[in-house]
Amino acid sequence: MKNPLDSIWGTVICGFVLTAILWAIARAIVSHAMGAGA
Amino acid sequence: MTAHTDWVFRWFHILAGIMWIGLLYFFNFVNAEAMKEAAAAGEAGPISKYVLPRALFFFRWGAVVTWLFGAALLGSYQAPSGNGFVAAFTLQGPMAPIGLGAWLGTIMLLNVWGLIWRNQKKVLGLVPATDAEKARARRVAFLASRVNTLLSIPMIFFMATGPTSMSQWIYH
Repeated sequence: MKNPLDSIWGTVICGFVLTAILWAIARAIVSHAMGAGA
Repeated sequence: MTAHTDWVFRWFHILAGIMWIGLLYFFNFVNAEAMKEAAAAGEAGPISKYVLPRALFFFRWGAVVTWLFGAALLGSYQAPSGNGFVAAFTLQGPMAPIGLGAWLGTIMLLNVWGLIWRNQKKVLGLVPATDAEKARARRVAFLASRVNTLLSIPMIFFMATGPTSMSQWIYH
């Protein structure tokens, strides 16, 4: 399997995938904090 | 700190950030392929000698200035749970999005100085290295630079969305 980092567009796609994963984590943390504060 | 310092920190954080990430994107979107073609044509020498040392200077110091003003900006903010810098880096509640951005930026800064610059010094002949060491250094610097390009995408997402009024739509 090729390393996606060898391609600039593979790198960009990985960046968007990581953004989605981290967004879900951030959303869970913020929602949890809002629920606890309510 | 007051709102009088907040805008200065924010302004210089963004200015230096454009310098840093702009040069990162130049290296990855433009220079990597250009260097391959120039090397195949036997014309890479002038780029390595005249362009890259200057670009790397503003790149690595841009990273430091960006981080320092970002840290100052976070530190000047009073979060509900305490100091903004601590609240962000410990991912406390509503500070989690900007905190994730801050962590990504910090990892990228360490990457710049610990991997990219350290290996580029060998590639550019600023420190002595054998041909085998140069080849390995070139690969490590390339991959570290690509990792930073990857990390810059979520980092900019959190910088752009974390501290704004739109965050209520994105994170709730």
